Parts: sequence; C-alpha cells; structure tokens
Amino acid sequence: MSSTFDTIANIIAETCDIPRDSIKPESHAINDLGIDSLDFLDIAFAIDKAFGIKLPLEQWTQEVNDGKATTDQYFVLKNLSARIDELVAAKGA
Amino acid sequence: MRLEYFQLIDRIVDINLADRTISTEATVPTTSTIFEGHFPGFPLMPGVLLIESMAQTSGWLVVAVNRFERMPFLAAVKDAKFRTFVTPGQKVSVNATLVHEGSGYAITKSSIALDGKPICDVELTFRIMDFPNSEMRDKMREMAALVGFPAEVPANG
Repeated sequence: MSSTFDTIANIIAETCDIPRDSIKPESHAINDLGIDSLDFLDIAFAIDKAFGIKLPLEQWTQEVNDGKATTDQYFVLKNLSARIDELVAAKGA
Repeated sequence: MRLEYFQLIDRIVDINLADRTISTEATVPTTSTIFEGHFPGFPLMPGVLLIESMAQTSGWLVVAVNRFERMPFLAAVKDAKFRTFVTPGQKVSVNATLVHEGSGYAITKSSIALDGKPICDVELTFRIMDFPNSEMRDKMREMAALVGFPAEVPANG
C-alpha cells in the first residue's frame, strides 16, 4: 500500500505533468513545483476522490490570509500528507 | 435562448437536489447576428455557446445546492465534445450532474441532447464564491425567476 505522500505525488505528477522524481516531501506545491490555484483544484479533486475526504481549502486559505497559518503548513507536501492523514482519521473516528 | 443577453437556456425543467441533477431546455433562435458570421450561408450554433448552455445549466444546479448563498464561476472546461451540428430553431435538452462538491469549488458533468440523442458533453469546474455584491445577487434572482428556478429549493438535498 502506497503512502499518503506517494499517492499525492503521483496525483501531482499526472495532473500537472511534473516529473515524479522531482516531487519530494519537502517540495512546496506552489513555490517549488509552480502549481497554480486552478491546477490545485484538479489536484484537490483527485485527492478528495482518492481519500474520500474534502480538503478544507477555503479554511486553509482564510487562515493564511489572516496570518494564522503559513502556506508551508498546508502546501509543503509532507505537511499536506499529514493534514490528509488527519482528515482520513477524523472521518473514520 | 436570448443570445443578446447571453441567456443560453430557456427554462429549468427539473432540479433534483437528492440526485444532484438538473434538466433544462433551450431553443436556438431562428435569427441572430451571430449566424451572420458563424457561418455565412451555413448558420450553426457555435460550440462555445453550447458549452455556455451546459455551464449555465450546471451553474443553476450549483446555485440551488448552495441555496442561492454563493455563486459559481466557470473555471475550467474539459473534454468538450460536439457530435453533430446544432442549427437555428432547434430545441435542445441540457442535463447536468454535480459529481463533486469541494471546498470552494465544484465539478459537474453536463450533456446536451437533440431529439433524445446525446450530441455534446463536457466536464466543468467552477469556483464557488460569495456573491461579489448584493446587486449581482438580486439580478441573479431576477434571472432565476425568468428561467423557472424553484421559488423554494426543495429541501431534500
């Protein structure tokens, strides 16, 4: 069974035509991989389907805009993986 | 259709919030300046306007699901296919299904049928945002009334 990171890295590679081996746990989806907000909707759709969750993109965006969070917390892929694991765990609770 | 007002559907036939589906219908006008250019001597409903009719149909469904509290804006068009010509005077049926409600976005699949035969389909992505201002929301409500949007959205969603 592949890890959460592997699943989202594969989604990003396929959705955005980015070489899979250039996608690292430390990669920032926006700053390092150059994914724009529209492409991120495709990624969010694929993640939502793959994990059976609903990424709270609006909440995250609001937190970043309000200075309560940094984009690193949600868009560095190892952190995104952790957030997804939390959402999956919360769904099963 | 009132092409001059960019109204690409005539009437909402059905909205089912439980199934996340909508059906609309529209008749292509027999005359329009659009047909003078598309194409001279061979008038055809432009494919981009057929996409818009599927977007408007999908949009009313998303508006209904959001109970007129938020507005969908078209963000992406994928896999649009046009299988036959649509000509002035023809009546088409447009269907859409909400396939995913994300956080701040929605994905629909929509299709158009002519005489019961599927002729167009597409996958659409919308950004869902608050209405930019009350004037737009009021105008959208007026438009909704024109196309038969249910006064009370069924509460079976």
